[in-house]
Parts: sequence; structure tokens; C-alpha cells
Amino acid sequence: MPSSQGQAVKKTKNHVSEPRKALTIPYAAFLVLFVIFPILLIFFYAFTDKQGNFTLQNFQDVFAGDASNATFKVIGTSLGVAALTTVICIILAYPIAYILANSKYNKNKIVVYLFLLPMWINFVIRTTATRDMLLLIGIDYRTMPWVTSIIGMVYNYLPFAILPLYNTMLKLDKSQIEAAADLGANPFDVFVKTIIPMTIPGIVSAITMTFMPTMSSYVITDALSGRTITLIGGLIENKFLLSQLNVGSVYAILMLILIGASVVFERHFTEQGGKR
Amino acid sequence: MNKQNLNVNENNDLLLKKNKVVNYTADETNALLVKKENRAKRKKFGALFFVWFMLILLYLPIVYLVVYSFTDAKVVGQWTGFGVKSYTLLFNPKNKDSLKLWEATWNTIWVAALSSVLSTILGTLGAVGMHFLGKKLKTAMNVATQIPIVNAEIVMALSLVILFVFLGLPTSAFSLIIGHMVLTIPFVVINVQPKLEQMDPSLYEAALDLGATRKDAFFKVMIPDILPGILSGFMISLTLSLDDYVITEFTKPTSSNFNTISTYVQSTLAKGNIPIQLKAFSTILFLFIVAAMIGYSVYNYKQSKKI
Repeated sequence: MPSSQGQAVKKTKNHVSEPRKALTIPYAAFLVLFVIFPILLIFFYAFTDKQGNFTLQNFQDVFAGDASNATFKVIGTSLGVAALTTVICIILAYPIAYILANSKYNKNKIVVYLFLLPMWINFVIRTTATRDMLLLIGIDYRTMPWVTSIIGMVYNYLPFAILPLYNTMLKLDKSQIEAAADLGANPFDVFVKTIIPMTIPGIVSAITMTFMPTMSSYVITDALSGRTITLIGGLIENKFLLSQLNVGSVYAILMLILIGASVVFERHFTEQGGKR
Repeated sequence: MNKQNLNVNENNDLLLKKNKVVNYTADETNALLVKKENRAKRKKFGALFFVWFMLILLYLPIVYLVVYSFTDAKVVGQWTGFGVKSYTLLFNPKNKDSLKLWEATWNTIWVAALSSVLSTILGTLGAVGMHFLGKKLKTAMNVATQIPIVNAEIVMALSLVILFVFLGLPTSAFSLIIGHMVLTIPFVVINVQPKLEQMDPSLYEAALDLGATRKDAFFKVMIPDILPGILSGFMISLTLSLDDYVITEFTKPTSSNFNTISTYVQSTLAKGNIPIQLKAFSTILFLFIVAAMIGYSVYNYKQSKKI
């Protein structure tokens, strides 16, 4: 008797849960049609010409002869700008996040909001304002495009680096830090051997939050370098404006490869962080 | 014996040195405590100085915009005395640039509102459905949800343009809304998911057992439970959509002179100097954001006091 009752309950439960599962169908259809299928189309377009015939011409346009130098220069520039921006963002964001999350220094959440507030100003307006303000204090984007571009990038992505670091630091186990200090570790050792290992997940997500978007933020480098620094994103936009979607797809694939590599990097380090 | 004694003495000396065992008088202890306190104070001052210095740097461009909105000079950094021409121009219905700016503002608002509402509905339903899926399907859906978050915006923008070319459709308001939904919908899903996990599943079952229809149980039991997640997903959608440039540039209607604030400012930048009323506009926008922020903080403060 009890077992049959159990089955009856199970049956009604399944019966109830079916329509709830179905709620995900429109969302799944949306993802397939507007996210996954378009990415597959990029691969299709990269290997075909405008008439839809198979060709490797698009890859030749990007990698053959002189074009390959230009392409690799842009890839190098993108990686360089992204790496420099990320390093500066982490160096600045780390102490900020630590201080904001530490109740010894800051008990007020409003200061955290103050760091996020500029994000709500339209970013094109913000970038323009940065350019003009730097010009005003003598940092000219026409003579120092690298300096202004990196300042603009750091300015834009600093909040994205602060947030994940701040969130991990809030959960920091303070007793471990105190224990290390009590047991005779000097402040440097405390920092390197207890605080940094505990915040690795935050550091990794701060890196991915700044590194990846930087490579495609061609709008910032366009405005702050007077179009002298080109990123991969800028090449894709250029091909879009020229309606050369097939060659643009090749650049998009390059970008996807870089994204894939950074996802692998993130997985590797977050898993290590989880094992600790 | 003598040698051993010496050794013991040496050892004691070493121990003393290592542990720095010194007898302090009360005054000396107090002095040390004061010194320690001072060091902590200096450290705190240094930390706060650093944070506020960074904040000032972050706000410099905005301060620049606000201050220079009160001069009539067109050239960057030129101050030709106090003037409110940028404000009068902004509200002059005959000025073409101002009209374009207001039109772009209106477009930005309705695109953000419509795409965020649609993303919130579709994303919430999706998250609820995913919650009850089997393990394999759930993992697959989670991976698919991560794609737009991890992917570069420009790759998504290009892929959508290719999709519409492939389908033989011109880019239109429809493609623009779709583009913004692709950008925002994963953030609704990942904000609703943790609330669903915290939800007590027996409440929904109980509502059904007590005779509520499925619709009632969904709207009156489940939705109120996960509402905070839905709201924060909606707010993030709005923020992302209002600020977007790349997807908008690629998917906006090509047929007419359609612009949002981002694309409008970018197009005027490409032509040369930005119109001066943009500074007035940004100042008003900034004040509006600060007011909203203060309102939100006060609301939060009152809510926390209630509890």
C-alpha cells in the first residue's frame, strides 16, 4: 500500500512539472535562432564568397603576403592594449577593492556605488569627455595616442575589475590573515601567501572581465588615438561598413579563437582555486 | 661543567635576543601602544586618501563636462566666460542638432525599455523552465546562456547582421530589439537562477495541493519569491541597453537616419567637434543619475530599517 501511494504521488509530481519545463522552450528557441545559428553562419560565411560558393579567398585576403603582416600587427596591438589595460586595472582595482571591503577602512556602501556611478553615463559621451579633459591638461591624443588610449581603457574597465575583486574580498576569511600575522609573518608574506591565494577567483574573473572586452573596444581607441591604433574589433567594423561580411567573418573567427583561449585559461585557474 | 654553563648562558642570551624579551615599564608600554595606534591611523589615512584620490580621477572627465557646459566656447578647453548658450540651444525647438539629440534620446529610451521588458519576460520563463530540467539539458542550456556573456559584442553584432542578410531581411527596429535582447537576456537568466535555487519548492506544491490553479501558483507564489532576481536582471538589462554602441551600430535600421545617443555622439565625433549642447545634455543626464542613485540609497536605507 505505501509503495503504491508513493507512486501515485510521484506520478502527479511529474504531471505537474511537465508544463514548467516547457516554459524554457521560447528561451531555448531564441538562443538557437539568434545566438548559436548566427555563430555557425560566421563559419559558413568565412569559407564562402558572396555567391555562396566554397572558397579560401577570404583567408588569403587576411593571411597571404602583405596582408598577414597587417593582420598580425593588429592582433599584436589588440593583445598588447588588452594586456596593459588588464594589468593596470588589476593593480589599481586590487587595493581599492581591499580597502572598500575591509570594515577597518570603510563601513559605507555608498563609496562602492560612487565607483560604479560613472558607468551609467553613456560610454561614448564619457570617452569623448576623457579625450577633451586630457587635452585640457596637456595630454594630447594626437601626439600621445598610446597614453590616452590606455587611460581611456583603464577608465572604462576599472569598475569591471573592482566589482569581482570586491565581491571575493567581502568573503575573505579574516581569521586566516590574523593568524598569519600572529604567527610571525611579515605584512608582505601575509599579503603574498594568504591574501592573494584566497582572492584568486576574484582576480581571474577581473582579468576576464577586462581582457576580453578590451580587445573589441575599438570605439575607445578610435576616439582616444585619432584612429591611429587599430584593434581587431575595428577591423570587423571596417569590413561591416564596406559590406565585406565574408572577410569580416574571418576576423570574427580569429576573435572567437582568442575568446576560446581565454575561457580555457579562466576555467583552468578557477578550478585550481576551487581545489584549494 | 664550566663549558656547559657557558653554553646555557649563551643559549639564554640567544633566546632573549630572538624573543626580544625586555621588561617594559608601564610608561613604555603606553608609549608603544600610542605608537601602534598612530601607525594604524596613518595606515587608515593612507588607504582612504588612495581611494578618494582614485574617485577624484574617475570623476574628472565628468566635472570637466559639467564645468565647461557653462561656457559658450566651441573649441575644447576654451573658456570664454560664463554662459548658458549650451542649455538654451539644447531646449531650442528650432535647433537641428538639439532635435536630433532629443530624437536619439527617445530612441535610446524606448529601445532599452522594450528590449529589457521582453528580455525579462523571456529570460524569467526560461530560467524557471531550466530549473526543472534534467541534468544534461540543464547543463546544455547553462552553457548556451554563457555564450553571449563570454562572446565579444562585435562578434555577436556581426553574426546577427549575417543572419539578417542570410534571411534576406533588412536591418530594422526588429533586428535592433533582437540585438539588444541577445545582449541582455543571459543577465536576466543568471540573476533569476540563484533565487530559484533558494526558493522553497514545497510552497508551490502546497499551493497546487490547496487547490490553486497552475497559473495562480506561478504568479502568486513563485513569482513573488523570485521577484528580487527578476528586478535586478531587468535593471542590468536597462543599464546594458542604454549604454550600448556596438550592437546598435550594426543592427539599427539602415533605411532611415535612426540613431541612439551612442551612435549619434559617435557620428558627430567622426565629423569633428561635438555640438556644445551635448555638454549641457550630459550635465542634466548626470544630475538625473545622481538623483536616481540618492533616491535608491534612501529607499534601501528605509527598507533595511523596516526589517
